[in-house]
Amino acid sequence: MSELKFCIQKSPRIPQLVADLYANMPEIEADRAELITESYKETEGLPIIKRRSAAFRHILENIPIIIRRGELIVGSNSLAPRGCQTYPEYSYKWLEEEYDTVATREADPFYISPDTVRRLKAVYPYWEGKTTSDLAAANMDPEVLDVFLHHGIFTVGNYFYNGVGHVNVNYKRVIDEGLESIIAQCQEELSKLRRGQGDYASRRNFLEAVIESCQAVIGYARRYSNLALQEAADCTDSVRKAELLKIAEACDWVPAKPARSFHEACQSFWFIQQLLQLESSGHSISPGRFDQYMYPLFKSDLDEGKITLESAQELLDCVWVKLNDLNKVRDAASAEGFAGYSLFQNLIVGGQNEDGLDVTNELSYMCMEAQLHVRLPMPSLSIRVWNMTPHSLLVKAASVVREGLGVPAFYNDEVIIPSMMSRGYTLEDARNYCIIGCVEPQACGKTDGWHDAAFFNMLRPLEMVFSNGMDKGHQIGPATGDVLKMTSFQEFYDAYKKQEAFFIEMMAQADNAVDVAHAVRCPLPFESCLIDDCIAKGRSVQEGGAHYNFTGPQGFGIANVADSLAVIRELVFDKKVVSMAEMVQALKDNFGKGRTPKKSAELTVQAVKALDAQGVEVSEDTIKKLYTGFLNAVSVPEDKKKRYDEILALIAQVPKYGNDLYEVDMFAREVGQTYTKPLLQHTNPRGGMFHAGLYPVSANVPLGYDAGATPDGRLANTPIADGVGPMAGRDTHGPTATANSVSRLDLGDASNGTLLNQKFHPSALAGDTGLEKFVAYLRAFFDEKGMHVQYNVVSRETLLDAQKHPENYKNLVVRVAGYSALFTTLSRSLQDDIISRTEQTTL
Amino acid sequence: MINANIYDQRGRIFDIQRYSIHDGPGIRTIVFLKGCFLRCRWCCNPESQEFKVQEMTMNGSTKTVGQDITVGELLPELEKDQMYYWRSGGGVTLSGGEAMAQPDFAEALLRACHEHGMNTAIETTACANREVVERLVPHIDYVLMDIKHMDSAKHKAFTNQPNEKILDNARWIAGHAASLTIRVPVVPTFNDTVSEIQAIARFAGSLPGVKALHLLPYHRLGQDKYTGLGRTYTLPSILPPPPAHMAELKAAAEAVCDLHVQIGG
Repeated sequence: MSELKFCIQKSPRIPQLVADLYANMPEIEADRAELITESYKETEGLPIIKRRSAAFRHILENIPIIIRRGELIVGSNSLAPRGCQTYPEYSYKWLEEEYDTVATREADPFYISPDTVRRLKAVYPYWEGKTTSDLAAANMDPEVLDVFLHHGIFTVGNYFYNGVGHVNVNYKRVIDEGLESIIAQCQEELSKLRRGQGDYASRRNFLEAVIESCQAVIGYARRYSNLALQEAADCTDSVRKAELLKIAEACDWVPAKPARSFHEACQSFWFIQQLLQLESSGHSISPGRFDQYMYPLFKSDLDEGKITLESAQELLDCVWVKLNDLNKVRDAASAEGFAGYSLFQNLIVGGQNEDGLDVTNELSYMCMEAQLHVRLPMPSLSIRVWNMTPHSLLVKAASVVREGLGVPAFYNDEVIIPSMMSRGYTLEDARNYCIIGCVEPQACGKTDGWHDAAFFNMLRPLEMVFSNGMDKGHQIGPATGDVLKMTSFQEFYDAYKKQEAFFIEMMAQADNAVDVAHAVRCPLPFESCLIDDCIAKGRSVQEGGAHYNFTGPQGFGIANVADSLAVIRELVFDKKVVSMAEMVQALKDNFGKGRTPKKSAELTVQAVKALDAQGVEVSEDTIKKLYTGFLNAVSVPEDKKKRYDEILALIAQVPKYGNDLYEVDMFAREVGQTYTKPLLQHTNPRGGMFHAGLYPVSANVPLGYDAGATPDGRLANTPIADGVGPMAGRDTHGPTATANSVSRLDLGDASNGTLLNQKFHPSALAGDTGLEKFVAYLRAFFDEKGMHVQYNVVSRETLLDAQKHPENYKNLVVRVAGYSALFTTLSRSLQDDIISRTEQTTL
Repeated sequence: MINANIYDQRGRIFDIQRYSIHDGPGIRTIVFLKGCFLRCRWCCNPESQEFKVQEMTMNGSTKTVGQDITVGELLPELEKDQMYYWRSGGGVTLSGGEAMAQPDFAEALLRACHEHGMNTAIETTACANREVVERLVPHIDYVLMDIKHMDSAKHKAFTNQPNEKILDNARWIAGHAASLTIRVPVVPTFNDTVSEIQAIARFAGSLPGVKALHLLPYHRLGQDKYTGLGRTYTLPSILPPPPAHMAELKAAAEAVCDLHVQIGG
């Protein structure tokens, strides 16, 4: 047992910063929207890239700034803690529709003051027809736009409504060389341009826009320097005064010039991270390999005695707090898909460098310690794992996992590096990968991965097979034949693949329509100058300036589709115990089960509206009857309900993915490839290819809500399996069995990332041996070529919920007495016993 | 007689538990063999006691307990977690029931595990003929053995068997096993006094080669299994020993032996 390294005392400053940050509901502010509108009005007629840099400068010169109480690292995009600005150049209409509800909605509510509403109302009309969203819609084929907006098969809503983000920039260059070196490089590039070359104007415009943007950032930092000086002058607390003077000195120097200390490196990093967010509304702007580019100044300061581990940790913790100060308001539907106010700023530690050597260092550990100190959602902490990862780093990571924070997420170098190389990354760039957003690998500082390009619900093409391509009364997919006349499983399966490939191509068109809109309307000069090879190519990331270009839309629902197809094959075609007609009706009738309360309410509203339209008077009583009718499926006769229960029992007997059954798992692998393979033939406008991710963020819940019942016995409007894991509750043979099943998928082919969630009870990680065994478990899963995994270590509340809904927790391992067992297989009395024991240990 | 081909040797099991991390080193798969010589009144797996295949009703549904299987059929299931054993130093554990009650099957299974690079452990009462113990122990990497009481009469009253053979086997195993841990189920009204635990600790401490002494607090588990089997649970009114009492017993055990003593497995 190696002892837990880098357990460092937390500064009392940190809980105070966190408390201040979370004192109020986050708030929407109007300043950026006003400033960008002012600037755009003045620059009409100029090249778009110059309009962007002019607007960026105008914003940075005028947006209100604030130093929050006790901060050591400064820079806030909003006056209100965790507040956010709006970005009307991307889209704004959804917010106009949500002024009254955005503060009270279920997912990620934001406060908006009447004054802010007034100010936004004054500027938004300017943007009519001018947004990326408007242009993207115009770029789409009408039938593609219709499927995207109205049929819930795929959604490209993320970048349709917002900036793209999803990059890792060259933080190292800013910290080591300063923005002035970028300005100098641009000036040199400008001097080399020949007036006679065809792209002279576009290159010149781009380079000048970069220079203006960098100067704007430097100016913004100096505003902070001045503010700190003023506050220092008014400060009577000598300790705080000294801190403010140090802040003033740092902000005067960085990010213009090379950082001279670890403190300045943190501040320089922070301005970049913060202002990338302010330039565009993209999320998942990911710090990446923070422990690597921050290390040189950390090490030299430590060696020279300028910092201690404690003071360095305090600075790190301050950066961690700031990462939670950034926020973003999304439309209500997107907010459900990205629930939790998350900006997905992924920060990864450990792993190998471009030479294939392990580069774990002290900061790798201290980043985990920061997570324990701050205990907030950001950053999305990740760890790279390979055979040379020090054991003690994994033990430290396990100790963080044990806290139930859900982090760090673990990534397997041994799978990701070859996977990236199969997509054209060089060996060196692949070895130097970082993770963007949720789970998406890319080469640091030189990739426009367009990760998270879309969600594709793999269950919906299955529904299209049953409907012969019809949805809501329209023929939206290919006519693959009357399902009742199909004579073999192969015919059915081929129809599925045909439907799926059709909608995959539609999704690619939709993505590309959005992609072009960003290039035309919202190129980003500041982001671009920090990503190779934009300066050399003389064009923005959005116009294909990055060294590597991809589009990565993610599919999800493999488990449900694989299980569903297996059910169709076995029950309908092989054993013939359920007829196709019966299955079709069962799905329509939702297996005789009532709809969810939410869906029942929605259906009731629709029914009432329909009656209303016919001029029928609708009484309270009728509404109640309608609602309970949907809730209890009263329209389905009792004898049919009985038969549906029999069918559900038959379905339950069909072997399911996730139980370490070779044949079943291999079929799931093949089903995964029905998504990953067809995607590879599509290309994007930046000169790159499409490739697949297999992960849902949290969209498996809202998009599951849009999907009807499926042959695997999943009821209508209920969640879909998350990521590459089995459907919740269907893996009943413990965590190793699940892991073995998952590792049989062709994970590397999903080069845009895969996601596996696993749940453990804290007792499974208890004590030193618990940590050791957990680490061994992880290593073994990665030996089997698992790609990513993250762990939920569950609490008493979860156990109580598991008692109420055992179907959702069939794979929950708990420590019993001298052995471990699956929680739901235990008797009620024993469950109670374990729950009461958990209470004791948490006292 | 053990089958000439160990992979054809047939035995009777009632459960396989993967990802066991609290019994023996590393991540283990436990094979539960059916049939036991003892009838411990606190036994939390009463369905393990009879060798015959039984029906048990739990949470409203009836299931068959007991399945006949050959070593060759069982092995692929055990090998599924091979990677996890290697990384953790884990392996396969034979439990029960009493594995020594099916010596041919147990020996064949243990040998097959070793032939396939998986280490082995046994959880045993060691209530078996010496000949059986001598056959099995060479194939076991970790022995986890119960000693429940030093007083033979009380032992018989609560388990249906006297303890002489068990203690005798303990001495032999201590001299021959690669690794031996003594485990004590601490059961109120049976053995939870300081003097009773100290008697066991003194005995365990006197054995050569014992690594550790584990005190396992009694839990009221499996009561509903008795009902499910149509039996009566004869210890309904006792409560699990409180943590403070367990700590007291641990200290008492440490006072009279040099072993590493721990609460729980």
